[in-house]
This record gives sequence, C-alpha cells and structure tokens, in this order.
Amino acid sequence: MERFVFLTFDGLSRGAVYAAFALALVLIWRAARVVNFAQGAMAVVTAYAAYMVSDAVGSYLVGFVVALVGGLLLGALVERGLMRFVGHANPLNDVIVALGLVLLLTAVVGIIFGGEFRAANQPFDTRAIEVGGVPLMSRYDLFIWGTVATIVVLLALLFTRTAVGLRMRAAAFAPEVSRLLGVNVGRMLTLGWALAAVVGAVAGVLILPTELGLHPHAMDIVFASSFAAAIVGGLDSPVGAVVGGIIVGLILSYVSGYLGAALTPVAVLAVLLAVLLLRPGGIFSGVRARTV
Amino acid sequence: MSTTQVRPARSPISRLITPRRTGPRRGSTLLRHLLWVAIAAVAVYFVSYGIDPFRNYQLATVAAYLCVTAGLTMLTGLNGQLSLGHGALMACGAYTVALAQNEFSDRGVLGAWALPVSLALGVLVAALAGALIGVCAARLRGPYLAGVTLAVALVVPAFTTRFAGLFNADQGLSVYVDPAPAALGQYFPPERWQAWIAIGAAMLSLLIVANLVNSRFGRAFKAVRDDEVAAKLAGIHVARTQVLAFVVSAGCAGLGGGVLAVISQSVSPSVFGLTLSLNLLLAIVLGGLGSLFGAAWGALLLVLLPYLTTEVTRGLSLSPGLANKLEGNLPLAIFGLTLIIVMLVAPGGIQDAFRALGRTIRRRF
Repeated sequence: MERFVFLTFDGLSRGAVYAAFALALVLIWRAARVVNFAQGAMAVVTAYAAYMVSDAVGSYLVGFVVALVGGLLLGALVERGLMRFVGHANPLNDVIVALGLVLLLTAVVGIIFGGEFRAANQPFDTRAIEVGGVPLMSRYDLFIWGTVATIVVLLALLFTRTAVGLRMRAAAFAPEVSRLLGVNVGRMLTLGWALAAVVGAVAGVLILPTELGLHPHAMDIVFASSFAAAIVGGLDSPVGAVVGGIIVGLILSYVSGYLGAALTPVAVLAVLLAVLLLRPGGIFSGVRARTV
Repeated sequence: MSTTQVRPARSPISRLITPRRTGPRRGSTLLRHLLWVAIAAVAVYFVSYGIDPFRNYQLATVAAYLCVTAGLTMLTGLNGQLSLGHGALMACGAYTVALAQNEFSDRGVLGAWALPVSLALGVLVAALAGALIGVCAARLRGPYLAGVTLAVALVVPAFTTRFAGLFNADQGLSVYVDPAPAALGQYFPPERWQAWIAIGAAMLSLLIVANLVNSRFGRAFKAVRDDEVAAKLAGIHVARTQVLAFVVSAGCAGLGGGVLAVISQSVSPSVFGLTLSLNLLLAIVLGGLGSLFGAAWGALLLVLLPYLTTEVTRGLSLSPGLANKLEGNLPLAIFGLTLIIVMLVAPGGIQDAFRALGRTIRRRF
C-alpha cells in the first residue's frame, strides 16, 4: 500500500510535466496544424543553456529564467526563420522539417557538450515528506506541481481573458477573416510557437533532474510519452492534454514500479492503442463535420 | 447554336483513370520489370567483381536499406500512411533471421535452402507484425497514426530486455551465416557473396513493389491517399487497402532487416532504435517521396552520408576529443541540415529535381 501511494505521487508529478509538454504540443497544433516533433530537441537545447548558466552563476533561479527566455527566443526563431517557409502542399512537409531540426539540434548539442550524461542539480530537497509515517512527496514534487499549475492557469487566462489571446484564437480559427479584421496572423503564429516553446522548455528543466540528467537524447522518451498524452487527450483539446498527461504519468509510474522500467515504452504503446481504438481522435475529441 | 462540351472535372479519381503518359504501354508490366531486373543483375555481377570487398559491403548495405525504403515509399508516398516505426519492423525480420539461422546451425541442418527459409520467416514475422499495426493504423489519421508508430519504434529495446533469455538484451545476438558456396571458388570474398544476397533481396522487393504499384491495388492505394470518400464511392474497401499496403511494406522492412542481420552477422537493439526509423523516413523524402528511384537515392544517402563525413573528419586531423564528439554527430547534423534545405528549396526531393532538370533540357533542345 505504501508503495502504491508513493508510486501514485511519483506518477502525478511525472504526469504534471507530461501535461505541460503535451500542452505545448497542443498549442502549436491548434495554432498551425503542425505536430512539433522538434519540441523535445528544443527543450534539450534550452535545458543545457539553463543548467550551464545556473552552474556558472550558482543560482537555480537564473538558470530557470534563462530557460524561459531561451525558449521564447528559440520558439520564435524556429517559426519565423524556418517553419513559415515550409510549403503546405503536403502535410508531411512540416513533419519532415521538424524531424530534420531534431537531428540537427541533437547533433549540435552532442558536438558541443559530448554524449555523456551530465548532472542536473535540483534546487530543492528530494527526500520525501512523510505524513503519518507514509512518505508522500518531496519538496521538488511540490515545486513541479506549483509550476505546472501556474502555467496552466496563466495560459487559460491568456486565451480566455485577454485581447491577445482572442486574436491568437481568431488567427488559428479563421486566418483569412482575422486578417481582414486587422489581426496580424503571422505575428500571432510566431507568438504561439514562442509560448509553446517556453512551456516545453520549462517542462524540460523540470523533468531532467528526476531522470538520468542532461543528455542530447534525454527528452526522446519524454517527448514520446507527452505526444502519447496529447493524443490520448485529443490534439485539439488543452483540457485533454492535461488529463492525458496525468493518465500517462500515472500508468508509466505504476508500470515501471511494479513491472520494471524497461517496459515503459510498451506501456505507452498499449495506452495509445487502448484509447485510440475506442476513440480514434482521443478522449476529448469533438464531433467533426464530414468533409467530402 | 453552340454546344458546350462538358469536360469531366479533374477529380482525384479521374486523375487516376487518365493515364499519365499518352498512349497505352505495350506488353506486360511484369515482363518489363523482369527485364529491368535481369539488366540490373548483369550489371551488379560485373560491378561486384570490379570493386574491393569494402565497397561490396557498402553495396550490400545500400541494397538492404533499399528493400525497406521501397516498401516505405509505397506506404507513405502512395498510400499516405506515415510510419515512424519501420525500424522496429526491420528488427522483427532481423531477430527472426538471427534466431532461425542459429537454430539451423545448432541442429546441423545447413544447406543452400537454409538462408532463404530464414529470410522468408523474417518476412513472415514482420508482415504479421505489420498486419497488427496496419489494422490499428487503418482507423487512425495524420498525427494520431504518427504517434502510434512512434511508440512502436521505441518498443524494441523493451522487448529485447524483457525476454533477455531469447534476445540477449542489449548485447544482441550473433548470426551464423554460411560461407559462399564452394562452387564459386576457394578465394571468393564473403563480402561479394553478401552483396549478391542483398542485391537479390532488393531486386525481389523492388519487383514486388513495382508490380503492385502498377496494378489495380496500386491505383487503389493512390485513390485512398487522395480522397477516402471518393475512393469508397468508387467501390474501394478503404481499410482493407490500407492494411494491405502496411503488410506489404512491413514484409519489405522484414526482408531488409533480415538481410542487414546477415551482412553484419549480428543483431542488437541499438541498431534498430528511433534514429533508424526516422532516418528511413527522411531518406525516402530526401530521395523523392512515392518514387522507387527516390527510394534508391535515399538508401544510397543512408550509407554514403555517414561514410563521407567520417572520411572528411579523418582528413582534417582534429584533436581526439573533438573527433570523438564529431563522430556519429556530424553525419546526423549534415543529414538534418540537408533535409531542411531540401524541403525548403525542392520539396519533391532528388528524383523530382532530376525530373525537372530533364524537362528543362528537353524543352531547350
């Protein structure tokens, strides 16, 4: 029972990070109808920058801010300098360019920093806080939950309560009409990518200390799990991304706790198939008009 | 009084019915393709004698990749199903061949028929796995299919670790392969023999795919890719067509994986990771999606690009530390950069660029 409680809390904090990462994917999908396969690689780049700076300065907070700003710049740069110029004749083109970016970014990180694992320091105590003799969660878990909850609330406020959020939704929903009404659709797209990259960067900085540490391919399995989370929830639904993230996090935690960590990729596949065979558009998919 | 001629709209279906080239092609498609295979076989025979063993090994690797890229370009280019998991299907073929070959050699039942039987078993197992994935894939579209196949690409190490007794975890298995037949002479290099095996397999898979593409099944593949509803109205069973494409493509991947196991005489999960799956997809796009010549360009690039970058970095006489970091990373960086540039400048890939060049030359002269 104690083990179950521990695994549940562990799964919840993993799930929170997956939820944030899945939310980043959903943001870009809704804005540009592109699955950003380079999200993981971009998060690796910002995480390296963040941990290098925080090691040099000696302050975790500075590194965290570097990740935020780095994500903002990288996201804007990728959209403005690359994705905007991809032809949309074939929906595969975006995917291929993003995959090319993955190869390029991970290879460049590998060339600069080498292929070995580097330690990613944690700002907080990772020992579990015990309640009534049962170890529940560490301060770092609380930090993760707080950060992810802040991100989710801020994004929800941005999209539902501000003029910029309204413009972003309009630009994604009906680009032509919004352009006629004076919305700078291109700038909204850049902003969407930048925001998504910030969320992805934060998720990367949060999860790396709980895994093996910094590595050019450290985010591969995180990306796959988060992509699974986004798909399980339905790519069009931000709520689905959060719910899917928690579900995937919990299942992965139970599987690696009871059956062995090696089986987690199989669990990801099993969850995906189980959900998608019942609902091919994810749990929170709406009814879609048939197009002929 | 003028009569307006009603021309049929250029719907995707009518594009299929109207042949691309004007005038019917004479003769049988199968015979034409067999002629090509015969010409290629003769060419390969002489080429394999003219080059040294290392080049033969490279030729064999290209041929092994060609088996896979041919099937994948049919699936993704002609049927519109994106697969990020073909590396795992190659692993199915490779591990089956390894287990079968070792079983044969343990029981001492080796003969000329053993290798073809192992390879056929590899194709069968990969095709079965492909059928399983294909049945699921037929319900999924776009990014949802990409997500499932991405998850498929990642499960290989999980299986080899879980069933370590059979697959020997991360170390993998060594594959017993018979030496070249004695009839070929005592000093016949094994690399040349492997090149012949690999090219034979590549020719077989190209022949099957080329014939399938030119048949009514191939037209059904394209119809489903272009417009599912229209294809359904034309009497095509959409799900069945998609599963068929996936099974054939998986069989080709299994053959390629099996041949790769025979060439390298070992299999290990690290070879069949996500990077391989992505590289395969990127190779067919770089070569020219949907074209078998493009698949050949892609297979060539998969072997040549790492080789050339290693040669170049070796020529630069770098410090050991930097050389170590560049090793393995530089080819991937160049591959990624090439891919991005090609997608921005010539999204049709190498084969499309050649076609455009050919058109320009024909127009000029």
